[in-house]
Amino acid sequence: MPLLEIRNLTVSFDTAAGPFMAVQGIDLSIEPREVLAIVGESGSGKSVAMLAVMGLLPNTATVKADRMAFDGIDLLGLSPSQRRKIVGKDISMIFQEPIASLNPCFTAGFQIEEVLRFHMGMDRAQRRARAIELMTLVGIADPEERLNSFPHQMSGGQCQRVMIAIAIACNPKLLIADEPTTALDVTIQKQILDLLVSLQAKYGMGLIMITHNMGVVAETADRVIVQYKGRKMEEADVLSLFESPKSNYTRALLSALPENAVGDRLPTVSDMLFEPAPSAARSGSPTGAAS
Amino acid sequence: MSVTVLEGKNIVRDYHVGGGLFRPSRTVHAVKGVSFTVQKGKTLAIVGESGCGKSTLARIITLIDPATSGELFIDGNKVDIAKDGLTKEMRRKVQIVFQNPYGSLNPRQKIGDVLGEPLIINTDKPAEERRDLAMKMLKKVGLGPEHYNRYPHMFSGGQRQRIAIARALMLNPSLLVLDEPVSALDLSVQAQVLNLLADLQDEFQLTYVFISHDLSVVRYIADDVMVMYFGEAVEYGSRDEVFADPKHNYTRTLFAATPRADVASIKARLAKKKAA
Repeated sequence: MPLLEIRNLTVSFDTAAGPFMAVQGIDLSIEPREVLAIVGESGSGKSVAMLAVMGLLPNTATVKADRMAFDGIDLLGLSPSQRRKIVGKDISMIFQEPIASLNPCFTAGFQIEEVLRFHMGMDRAQRRARAIELMTLVGIADPEERLNSFPHQMSGGQCQRVMIAIAIACNPKLLIADEPTTALDVTIQKQILDLLVSLQAKYGMGLIMITHNMGVVAETADRVIVQYKGRKMEEADVLSLFESPKSNYTRALLSALPENAVGDRLPTVSDMLFEPAPSAARSGSPTGAAS
Repeated sequence: MSVTVLEGKNIVRDYHVGGGLFRPSRTVHAVKGVSFTVQKGKTLAIVGESGCGKSTLARIITLIDPATSGELFIDGNKVDIAKDGLTKEMRRKVQIVFQNPYGSLNPRQKIGDVLGEPLIINTDKPAEERRDLAMKMLKKVGLGPEHYNRYPHMFSGGQRQRIAIARALMLNPSLLVLDEPVSALDLSVQAQVLNLLADLQDEFQLTYVFISHDLSVVRYIADDVMVMYFGEAVEYGSRDEVFADPKHNYTRTLFAATPRADVASIKARLAKKKAA
């Protein structure tokens, strides 16, 4: 049974100019112990789809799906309070801006212990012990000391480690990481990615990586979904995606990577998308059209 | 024939952090004696992580902040803004494009005014001429005359970065400092902006100082590469030299940390995972 199964998910936002469809009929499933990457540029609906799973979208959003089930539980039929028992415990999420996603008014320790109190009902001593254990696990030196630090006293990489500690505090079955390393330096990015992958393997979590960085996909994923303008363009395992991309859009994305540059100009996505055909699986390679 | 547009000799920048009641003041050495030269029409890339002093160096080259010591030559003339101040003529020679296109444009200023402002401040061209120049520049960076009267919020990130580049080019500078110009952009938009920069460099023989932490972009755009680490230039050489044979440990760490998106490394990773 898949850990998370989504069929025909549509998310639309009410705007002054009428409804805006951010996600248009996405199917997605992830097995336990799998690393799934969702790739796309901004506006492709990759974050919105996951926020819909978490139930974190604002009231202006309308979420519709034929099926949205986590571990056999239908998420659409849940009341908000039932849903809160799952979100943050069995499914948890890491966001892009580590410094912005922590509360500046509370210490790192308080914010980790808050989750433990709410979901696990631990007493003070247990919470403290578990928080120290978590801080050690995510590789923060001097955990006892650091529990009393406020977010502004820590670097971006350390804040992201604290976010990861909060996310894995209740041993989730599914961890969603929304651009976890975009705001970080390459050397720190590497450390955080290694940490996420090792935690995923150690605890057998499902991991969804939302990113726009093809390098991050190549370094972490088992399977990849490519999204563009709210539609799924392609789904493949990581090797075949990079070896033989099927959709024009994926091909365009890969050839826009500076390291794949041929000649002195980069091919851009708009050069190659002759027509925006969703899930287009056509042969005939326009890749050579680098001007 | 190569002309040296920019030369820095032993540039040092210290910041004095004021102490409080119980804390003594201290000095942060942000840039510790960095030297470099850039020829006309070439690109020098400065690489390093946050806090290594690369943006401080950018501010010194752009004549925003003075260096604490060291000599800076632009077009062969020695510049010292701490002593002589900044002339309009110098300002015309060096311009900068900032990292965040959402923050670097005034939300209450129309694009036409954004582009006209450098001309108002630094030249005495009449309004008519400023307008013509702004229109021409919009076309050059791939926007149209219809964008002249729009506000920054009506543009996407890539378009805004084009506007920021257009603004920097309004004064026909010989040197353009690009402080992480593509790191806030999507991959496909990044490719467009990089192409635009390459086109403009060919057309105007521009000299770039390109600051980045993305090695794949640097490898694509740079002629020379300087790697900075804690305020020092630990590696400086031509792109091919640096990428083929990194000398310093930190450069090697940086290369090792850069994610690889080629098929061979994916295969290696999957094999390793299976074995584990």
